[in-house]
This record gives sequence, C-alpha cells and structure tokens, in this order.
Amino acid sequence: MADPLLRVENLVRRFGGIVATDNLSLDVAKGELHAIIGPNGAGKTTLISQLTGQLSPSAGTIHFAGRDVTNLPAWRRSSLGLARSFQITSLLPDFTALDNVAMAAQAHDGHSFYFWGNARKEKHLREAALSALARVGLERRADVVVSRLSHGEQRELELAVALATRPQLLLLDEPMAGLGSTESARMVKLLQELRREVTIVLVEHDMDAVFALADRISVLVYGRVIASGTSAEIRGNDEVKRAYLGDQRVVTRHG
Amino acid sequence: MTALLNARNVVAALIVAGLLLLPLYAQLSGNMFVLTLFTRIVIFALAAVSLNLIMGYGGMMSFGHAAYLGIGGYAVGILAAEGIGSGFIQWPVALLASALFALVIGALSLRTRGVYFIMITLAFAQMAYYVAAGLSRYGGDDGLTIYKRSDFGGLVNLSNRVQFYYLCTGCLFGGIYLVWRIVNSRFGLVVQGLRSNEQRMQAIGFPVTRYRLVCFVIAGTMCGLAGALLANNTDFISPAVMYWTRSGDLMVMVILGGMGSLFGPVLGAIVYLVLEEFLSQVTEYWALIMGPLLLLIVLFGRGGIYGLLGRFDRG
Repeated sequence: MADPLLRVENLVRRFGGIVATDNLSLDVAKGELHAIIGPNGAGKTTLISQLTGQLSPSAGTIHFAGRDVTNLPAWRRSSLGLARSFQITSLLPDFTALDNVAMAAQAHDGHSFYFWGNARKEKHLREAALSALARVGLERRADVVVSRLSHGEQRELELAVALATRPQLLLLDEPMAGLGSTESARMVKLLQELRREVTIVLVEHDMDAVFALADRISVLVYGRVIASGTSAEIRGNDEVKRAYLGDQRVVTRHG
Repeated sequence: MTALLNARNVVAALIVAGLLLLPLYAQLSGNMFVLTLFTRIVIFALAAVSLNLIMGYGGMMSFGHAAYLGIGGYAVGILAAEGIGSGFIQWPVALLASALFALVIGALSLRTRGVYFIMITLAFAQMAYYVAAGLSRYGGDDGLTIYKRSDFGGLVNLSNRVQFYYLCTGCLFGGIYLVWRIVNSRFGLVVQGLRSNEQRMQAIGFPVTRYRLVCFVIAGTMCGLAGALLANNTDFISPAVMYWTRSGDLMVMVILGGMGSLFGPVLGAIVYLVLEEFLSQVTEYWALIMGPLLLLIVLFGRGGIYGLLGRFDRG
C-alpha cells in the first residue's frame, strides 16, 4: 500500500493535567474523505489545530506527504498544501469576499514583499479568487464586505479561501456548524463535488452528512481513536454505540 | 464621477491646495508666523502619517514613535556638532539610524501583542530618551544647539523659510504617496489582513512577523526623516522630543484625524497643533479644554474627523 498522505503517530497534547489528545494515531489515504466524529470535548478541534500547526503537540509526530511537519509553523504547512476551515468562522471581516480569497491566492504566489503595484489589479490573483468563489456559489457576492455576508455565506467563503490555497489536504472543522437544513444540504452537495479533487478530513456533528460523505470514519473519545472503519463498520461497532451514538441503558440508569 | 466629489476628497484637496498656497498667503498678508506654525505642523503631520502606517493600517499600537523623531534629530545634531554639515551625509545617517532602531526594537517587541506591545514600545522609547539625556558631550539633558542647518549645496537652502517649508511639505506629500502605494500593494494588503485576523493569515500561509517587522521599519524610517526636519526647524534637539508624552501626542493626532485613512493623520496634526497654539494663547490651562474636546471626538466620531466626514457623505 502506498504511503498515506497524512500520518499521525502517537500524538499527545496536554493542557495542564488534562490530556486532550491521548496517544492518537491516524492515517489518511490520498483521495479519501475521512470523517472524524466524537462527542463534545473529545478533542477534535485540538487535533485539527495540531495538524495545521496552530497548536504544537506535547509528543508524537505528524507526517504530511512523506515529510515530517511536526515542528513546522502553520504558514509553512499551508505552503505545503494543508488548508483548514475554522469551526468558528475566521475570516478578514473588513475585507470583501473577493479580497479574502485573493489573499489566499496571493499567499501561494511567491512572497508578498511588493510595495508598489496595486495588488487588487493583479489579474491572475483576481481570476483565481473568482473561480474559487464560483466553486462555492458565491461569485455574485464577490464585492460584499464579509461582515455583511450571512452566516451560511461565510461558511461557504471559508471553504473558498481554503480552496484558493490549492491544497492537497483540506481539514474542515464542522463546516455545517450553525447552518439551516437547506444550507446544510447545499454544503453536502458541495463537499460531494470537492472530494473528487482533494483529500478531505471532515470533523462534523451532523451524522447524516458524515454517513453520506465519508469513505472512512474515525471515532474519537477522550482524545483517542476508539474505532476506525467504513460507515457500515462504525454503525455496527458496539463500543462506538456505547460511547457516542448513545447507550439507552446508560441514559436510563442516570434518569 | 459623483464618487470623487465626496466630503473626504474635497477636504483632502483643500488640505493639499492650502498647504501649497500657504507661503503665498504669508507673504501677501505679512503674517510670517503662520508659516512658522505650519512648518512645524507639516513635520508632525509626516510623523503622524508614518505612525498611521503601523497603527492605523497595521494594527500595531506603538507607544514609542517619538523615539524616531529624536534619533533622526540627533543624527543631524551630532554630525553637525562634529563638523559634518552636509545634508547628503546627515540625512541618510538619520534614516539609517532610525531604520536600525526600528529593526531591533521591532524584532523584540513584535513577539508581543496588545497591551504588552504598547508597554514594550514605550519602554524602548524611554530608554532612548535616557540615553540621549546621558549624552553629556552633546548637551545631555539640556539638548544640543545646531548652529548650521543641513547643507544641500545649491540644491535647496534650508535657512530660507519658504524653501524649507516647501521641502517639509514635499516630504509630507511624498510620505503620503508612499503610504498610498504601500497600502494598495501586496505587502499592504498582507499588513492590513494581519490587523484584521492574524490567525486566518497564518492559516492561509503568511509568515506574519516578518511582514509586520518590515512595516515597522518603514514607518520608523519615515518618522526619522521627520526628526531630521524637526531638528533643522528648531535649530535644536533635546531628549524632550523623545519623551513619552510626545509619542502620546502623535497617537492623538492619528486617532483624532482618523486611523487607517490617508489624510486623517494630516488633518489630526493640523487640528491638534492649531488648537494647542490658540488655546495656549487664551489660557495656560488649555489642556483642560483640549482634553474634553478630544474625548468628544473619540466618543462620537468613531474613525476620527475623517470618519465624521464619511458619515456626512452618507447624509
């Protein structure tokens, strides 16, 4: 079997006495959509932040595309082709949608120590940005300032920004968070299309979306992977049922 | 073309025209004091424009910007005292010294954010202040008199008031033009993006500190130029120029005029220094009037005077 695109080995992250990531290992193969699910506080966002470099792990290694990236800063990982969207929308609120995406394209188009020319008139950056906006269906909203976009549009813009960095691996932290049902359906459709082009790690609470999209699912509980497999395998796994999908007996015992 | 004819652009055009025509007015009316006052204003406006680049556009609240006024000024003063009178040597040294100082304190202080950044830039500026006060060879606490202004050969005569005024105004307009180009360039977009959301900029692949540092150095160098002009204007340089209240004055000019706008700091410098001049003639407690006035503008005119003008446009 070929080397996985992303390989996480024995990752540990402690916050004081709390172990948020507990000896976690995970492989993501090129081309798959790998979903990570788990109850609140399982350490999903902590894991994503370590993968992108916002947090550094206490121990363990992360290999991306055959390269040890454990100690690389976030911006270096981005330049290697690792992109993320944030669970809590994180954009440049006083820039337009187009500017936000063009900035991402600019970040991957050499250095930015150009002090003279007008960056908003650089055709190839604008065109790359427009096509990323078109991918998520926001091309008509290109010139709207981000703080005036709806929440759903901002979620889509997060995705466009990530796409504009032309990533090999897309880490999506709850892209459906806070979306209504029609918006969610649109997002699922969008991800269906994207998965053909790019490897995706998807952290999501929306179980219907996860089972509809994922090639493989890893279940995270208390910072460790308790199960990993196809949708069918995860559905049938007793441990997962107990830990995550809800164990009726536990509930009644507490009640 | 109605977009061009808004209150902000009209005010900007008035400032440019007014500053260019001022010597004519002074000559015709015989009121040379106005020229003296506005030479000072234009120099401080240049300092405020440079501070606005890091503070308004870059979101870096530097509370030590007056240090560059002193460094630029002392470069001119010390060289003059040592018998090197050529401006072609003095001024490049002033710019280089300011750039180096900015590079060093920027590299150290840009590791911090928020209040810590404000405090550490303040601390560095105060260190520069005490170093200058300790230069007993160059006047120490009392300051250093500059007996001869920078000599630029036959190019420009700094002792001629009108020529000197136009030199200062030229530097100011050059500074504004530079900031305008920078702000719309790739580099400028990155710096403004960092003000907006640093985490996001990192995530899309920008190494944030080096962009901030370069911006910090550009602003410091520009303010060093203002320092060289200031020393020539007063024929004198003393540590007082670097005192922290001076840095505060510069911040007030920027905030008053409008952070992150091209002409805001110029407007702020004019309003602040004109008010200071006239209120101090009326009463020695002028600060008692100035204080509440500033409060009102900050409270009700978010975005400073320039912000108020923008509101005027929208009706």
